[in-house]
Amino acid sequence: MTEVFMFSSIEPMVPEIFMAIAGLALLVLGAFNGDKAANQIGWLTALAITVTIALLLQTSAQPQIVLNGLFVMDQFAGVMKLLILLGLLVSVILSIRYIADEKMARFEYPLLMLFAGLGMMIMVSAHDLLSLYMGLELQSLALYVLASIRRDNAKSSEAGLKYFVLGAISSGMLLFGASLVYGYTGSTNFLMIGDAVAQHKEIGVLVGMVFLLAGLAFKVSAAPFHMWTPDVYEGAPTSVTAFFAMVPKVAAIALLIRLLFSAFPGAIIQWQEIVWALSAMSMAVGAFAALRQENIKRLLAYSSIGNMGFALVGLAAGSGEGVTAVLVYLVIYMIMTAGTFGIVLSMRRNGQELEKISDLSGLSRTCPTSAYALAILMFSMSGIPPLAGFFSKFMVFQAAVAEGFYGLAVFGVLCSVVAAYYYIRIIKVMFFDEPVAMYDKGTPFARKMIVGLSVMFIMVFVFNPSPLVDIRRDAVTVFFPHG
Amino acid sequence: MLTSLAFYLFAFVLLLSATMVITARSPVHSVLFLILGFFNAAGLFVLLGAEFVAMILVIVYVGAVAVLFLFVVMMLDMGFAELRKGAMKYVPVGLIVGGILLAELAIVYANWSFVPDYQSNLASPVNADVNNTEALGALLYTDYVFAFQVAGLVLLVAMIGAIVLTHRTRGGVRRQKIAEQNARKREDVVQVIKVQPGAGV
Repeated sequence: MTEVFMFSSIEPMVPEIFMAIAGLALLVLGAFNGDKAANQIGWLTALAITVTIALLLQTSAQPQIVLNGLFVMDQFAGVMKLLILLGLLVSVILSIRYIADEKMARFEYPLLMLFAGLGMMIMVSAHDLLSLYMGLELQSLALYVLASIRRDNAKSSEAGLKYFVLGAISSGMLLFGASLVYGYTGSTNFLMIGDAVAQHKEIGVLVGMVFLLAGLAFKVSAAPFHMWTPDVYEGAPTSVTAFFAMVPKVAAIALLIRLLFSAFPGAIIQWQEIVWALSAMSMAVGAFAALRQENIKRLLAYSSIGNMGFALVGLAAGSGEGVTAVLVYLVIYMIMTAGTFGIVLSMRRNGQELEKISDLSGLSRTCPTSAYALAILMFSMSGIPPLAGFFSKFMVFQAAVAEGFYGLAVFGVLCSVVAAYYYIRIIKVMFFDEPVAMYDKGTPFARKMIVGLSVMFIMVFVFNPSPLVDIRRDAVTVFFPHG
Repeated sequence: MLTSLAFYLFAFVLLLSATMVITARSPVHSVLFLILGFFNAAGLFVLLGAEFVAMILVIVYVGAVAVLFLFVVMMLDMGFAELRKGAMKYVPVGLIVGGILLAELAIVYANWSFVPDYQSNLASPVNADVNNTEALGALLYTDYVFAFQVAGLVLLVAMIGAIVLTHRTRGGVRRQKIAEQNARKREDVVQVIKVQPGAGV
């Protein structure tokens, strides 16, 4: 049972090992230099993430399960990790200047992001309930601290505390589910669970699966487990909100896909119903609750709930096309979110951060570039045809219709129409309302680059969508070997 | 004979001290009874042959958790009598919830069944030759070394978090400066004064 240790058994996890060691080294560096070195540590963290990406690209994508079945590396994991690392890189770069402007620069900040990223990588590669939980906790614990990192601010502390308490409850639900699944199948390994479920579907396993799904639905903030999202997004520093909106959701959805397709393919009828309900509720909450929001961070929080609902439509379809659509959706969602937050981070006047929607009024006259960029991003988010956001929604609905989920698809389109109202309201405020004073000058180059690239991507995606879609489709073959 | 005597002794004292935890008037007594309860539960684990769990129970629960409780209870002057005043009106609700839980446990126990050949699914078959501390160690540092290492990282992040959120450098704190203390000379700090008898200093 215990195999002899060889390098080949840790080779698939070289990127993670590098990331952990880099994090520890930077922590020591930070401990010696204090918070004055926060800026350098931020850029060094970005460098470490870049090296991790390079290592990841070197790692073979042949399916390999190592370390006693705890860790899996395959094409799906590779693609998702690449996406997570890119999102992490963008978040760290977006943060460096912001935390200096807000006078909350601490050297631990980028490192906590790095460790959260490491937790997400482990989640994506989890092949056992044990590694699933360890990765999830590593990620969540770092995120709780990040949410409350501006500890002298009441809202930030509130965000951290709320996130921590509700996160602990969700972890409890997840663990309860895991213990039931283990109790009824006799194993924590995904493949073994899959075999046991296929042979003999006990009611206890299904109850356990429901609890696991509830715990993970909390992490992707799918309704009805979304209550924490608006408060945490509003209270956390904006750079942290950008990170929350982009990266952890990708990891949690990836984990959900992995869990459902490798441990519970035998119970697909049962979990499809649950995912169906989660998806419909999230789309409705995302569409209707955001209508009356005045704070742009809260608005984006509801928007992210709605977007997760749309992504789950593809998962509810339960087909290869559906999962491909989910992955494409996540890529496009992440790119749009990065661009939007890049602009929101630059909303400052007299050194004060602004987060009201009314603060955007007349932006087309005071700063036309930002206004047009944000307008394109909002059009894309609401799903107006030639932009990338339309294709991502189109793909998930197409997959749902192909599997006969007409009701869900129609409901999704209706929610999308309602949601278009608040996206387009932002455009109206920017272009037709009276301008207020200018924003502060001096947007850092890196932030402009990120916004520019993201706008560029959503505009040119229409000309050549196939490479992205093909890579996602290849990644999904891990779960659907026969087509 | 001796084992069953020990079992009844431990079980009896455990139940008694558990009752005392919730009925004792003084919170300090409650915590002390809690510690007694932990010790007796540890005794039960030893009887079951799970000596590792017994030791963990004593070290973690008695050594850390209960002592922490005791500190909190003794340091904070909380109005426990006040807290307890309205507690009796929640008894009916508590009984209902407790009853439901008990019924659920009974149902689960009555309907419990394993997957047909679950023995083959067990990640680590029970080996009778080694004691359980050794068996746990052999698994933890080999098959589950990955989870073990990640647990280390989780604890590291928890430590970073605690420091980030609570540590602050405050002005006006008198820190101990060991070098300065060592550099003090006798002549600088000690003054010998001749005191006349009856005259005072």
